Amino acid sequence: MTLSGSDFAFVAQMVRREAAIVLAPGKEYLVEARLLPVAREAGAPSVAVFLAELQRRPDPVLQRSIVDALTTNETSWFRDREPFTALTDVIVPELIRTRAGTRKVRVWSAASSSGQEAYSLAITLQEALPPGWSYEILGSDISNEMIKRAQIGEYSQVEVNRGLPAPQLIQYFERNGAHWRVAPALRRNVSFRLLNITAPLPPMPPFDVIFLRNVLIYFDVATKKAVLRNVARLLRPDGWLFLGAAETTIGIDDNYERVAAGRTSAYRLRSAVPSGAARRG
Amino acid sequence: MRAMVIDDSRAMRMILKRIVTKLSFEAIEAGDGQEALDLLAAMPEVPELALIDWNMPNVNGLEFVTTVRGDPRLREMTLVMVTTESEQSQIVRALAAGAHEYVIKPFTEGAMIEKLALLGLVPTGANS
Repeated sequence: MTLSGSDFAFVAQMVRREAAIVLAPGKEYLVEARLLPVAREAGAPSVAVFLAELQRRPDPVLQRSIVDALTTNETSWFRDREPFTALTDVIVPELIRTRAGTRKVRVWSAASSSGQEAYSLAITLQEALPPGWSYEILGSDISNEMIKRAQIGEYSQVEVNRGLPAPQLIQYFERNGAHWRVAPALRRNVSFRLLNITAPLPPMPPFDVIFLRNVLIYFDVATKKAVLRNVARLLRPDGWLFLGAAETTIGIDDNYERVAAGRTSAYRLRSAVPSGAARRG
Repeated sequence: MRAMVIDDSRAMRMILKRIVTKLSFEAIEAGDGQEALDLLAAMPEVPELALIDWNMPNVNGLEFVTTVRGDPRLREMTLVMVTTESEQSQIVRALAAGAHEYVIKPFTEGAMIEKLALLGLVPTGANS
């Protein structure tokens, strides 16, 4: 689903003209990912169709939304806050009871982008788990460029301003020139790998918690179903799945049930919910 | 709710004032720490929030924070440093002195609102 060279050139020229931002070749993935919600909103089935129409019939309002979509950095630390609070207040206390044998927690940040969500999860577990427990965070993304960035774990001044509390900045990061680098004590619990969650996934040990937020919005229903099926195989029977605030499994995959998690909602496999539902095979 | 905006740059005070006003705060401006302390002394009620530059004439931001933390009447104020001082050791100093949050300049409006949300100072839906 990568953008064609001419579509990319069209967008790059527009963003340069309107916002003086240069999109270097190689950013096709970013452009595609950022423009898909804009295209969907405009009623187009794909970014390519959307851009073709826009090139035929210029529309200043849509051009503005393209520029905004490409110039707003949505990645912040502890994004939306509530899922992280739920992890601390609800899920970790439960895991402390149910995983007392292994004293180990595994969490997957399934669309980790530049790594903020994975490291925010690491900070949360670092602070919520009792001494003697360990945790592993896996971050995955479809973009090699993003995986490399996340692995380096280095963030600009502007990026560390976004939602990261100052006490945690000084505790878990080290200043490195103009950047801030995730401290080794945190980083050793976090790994990143290239994964396409729409395709069959390689075998991995299952996860206690999966964050799959603001990912399903990019896909059509068939792909949403495939992703949720893939994820279900890697979620422990009593595990927790977090989706973005505007996303749901309802009407897409009946294997999941929405449950309260603190002040937000999460999803659990029906077999784990004591509702009398039949166990999955 | 009221917010003090303490910065010797008029332009920066304008930017901060616009943000806090958007969040339904009444803004009170001061050009340095001493002016802010003088204003506070004359106020019957203490503002909920102060956004504080570090490098200012007379009383600087760190001295202001230290003074406020030592004054029982002002102790409830939420203090946020907003500064170009970006060394880790400086952030440690400011938090040790009693600042609640630290925003490094340059910042975006969204980043400032997120920081204030962390402190529970943003009404629900105000940052959308």
